[in-house]
Amino acid sequence: MAQRWRLHLYAPAFLATLTVAIAVYAAPTFPVLTGRVVDQAAVLDTTTEARIDAKLADLETKTGTQLVVVTLRSLGGYDISDYGYQLGRAWGIGQKGKNNGAMLIVAPTERKVRIEVGYGLEGLLTDAVSRLVIGNAILPRFRAGDFPGGIERGVDDIVQVLSGDAEDFKRRAAEHASRPSGAEGLSSFTLVLIILAIWFLFFLRRSRAQQLARSRRSGWWFPPVLGGGWAGGRSSGGGWSSGGRGGGGFSGGGGSFGGGGSSGSW
Amino acid sequence: MLFSLSRLRPQQLYPSVRILPLLLAAALLSGCGVNTIPTLEEQAKATWGQVQNQYQRRAELIPNLVETVRGYAKQEREVLTQVIEARAKATQVQVNVDQLTDPEALRRFQEAQSQLSGALGRLIAVSENYPDLKSNQNFLALQSQLEGTENRISVARRDYIQAVQAYNTEVRTLPGRLWAVVYGAKPMATFTVAEEQQRPPQVRF
Repeated sequence: MAQRWRLHLYAPAFLATLTVAIAVYAAPTFPVLTGRVVDQAAVLDTTTEARIDAKLADLETKTGTQLVVVTLRSLGGYDISDYGYQLGRAWGIGQKGKNNGAMLIVAPTERKVRIEVGYGLEGLLTDAVSRLVIGNAILPRFRAGDFPGGIERGVDDIVQVLSGDAEDFKRRAAEHASRPSGAEGLSSFTLVLIILAIWFLFFLRRSRAQQLARSRRSGWWFPPVLGGGWAGGRSSGGGWSSGGRGGGGFSGGGGSFGGGGSSGSW
Repeated sequence: MLFSLSRLRPQQLYPSVRILPLLLAAALLSGCGVNTIPTLEEQAKATWGQVQNQYQRRAELIPNLVETVRGYAKQEREVLTQVIEARAKATQVQVNVDQLTDPEALRRFQEAQSQLSGALGRLIAVSENYPDLKSNQNFLALQSQLEGTENRISVARRDYIQAVQAYNTEVRTLPGRLWAVVYGAKPMATFTVAEEQQRPPQVRF
């Protein structure tokens, strides 16, 4: 009886939540992020694709910025700016927290191109600069039917902008080296709970040991997890949260997009 | 763990017994959603901050845009004045995060901003008639910035709508409804879907 009552209570709530969830997350379908160049529309030859891929990898090594090139068979009826920021968020291009990702999106079917810029790069790759890259480097070549050439020149220009000057480059390289990693995904509350649980466990074990060797130490004993051992564990895990770098593949680092950039059509 | 507990003397057991219920209570409370409403509320407020930032950014672009257009198209005094006045009105209507539960405040904000959108649309439309203006690099840069800002506004608005929907659903349904009573949490106002579908004027090159 109690079971039934509960079901009646929750069913409308569940349905309401579900309806809202469906209404809100009716997002376009996205291709799979297979690498730095996702050539779904098959407009790039393999040599150009490899060359572009190397340039993009080089940019990430130097600056930490993730730039991705994607060609799409279809925008699925969406406006390219509408599609672009959602794709960037779905893939999580750029590092989490820094949002230093950017994408060059080409939709040959709709004859649209867009440079989508993550929150963290909006000051560097501004809308006006994006428009210049599209207008000067990309569109003239696309109009002549030269997709590989247009995309490569566009990438060159974007890379140049994102690399900035030497000072800027050094500063960001330093930032990149000192960037802490790990533990970001855990909420502080979970972290506190885990630490307390470990501490508790240690405390119990220690209490038993104390029975055997009571004279050695007095008062409370703090397990190493609260002292230097913790900090050491953190720094030794240093590296990237962009993931996949060590594994050979490529994946987004959890960066976000807010509609920055510029679009063009030919 | 139980094994070691049984071996403890009562005075050693005491501190552990004191900690255990605290841990249990914390785990239970986090499991049944004590944090959900404050979390969703903060998220919604943060997305509102983004909405205001982007409208503010648009307002800051306008004086420069107006000056550039005036340089080439002085005779379009009426449209230029409309833009300046709509901007002045729009910057006066601010909604801080504590007013978000007031639908009337949000409606006023929305109205002021959409009047500015309309005036800007007319300004861009008349600019089409001046070839010199259309090829001016400064104007083109401003136009792309305006286009980008309009795009950011629509993204920020959609993020706000989603965040408020999540928050309102939590506040209006169980078990969040019970926590809402505890917190005194009220549903937040949001942009209506009909308004959302009226996309800002698209700037074409």
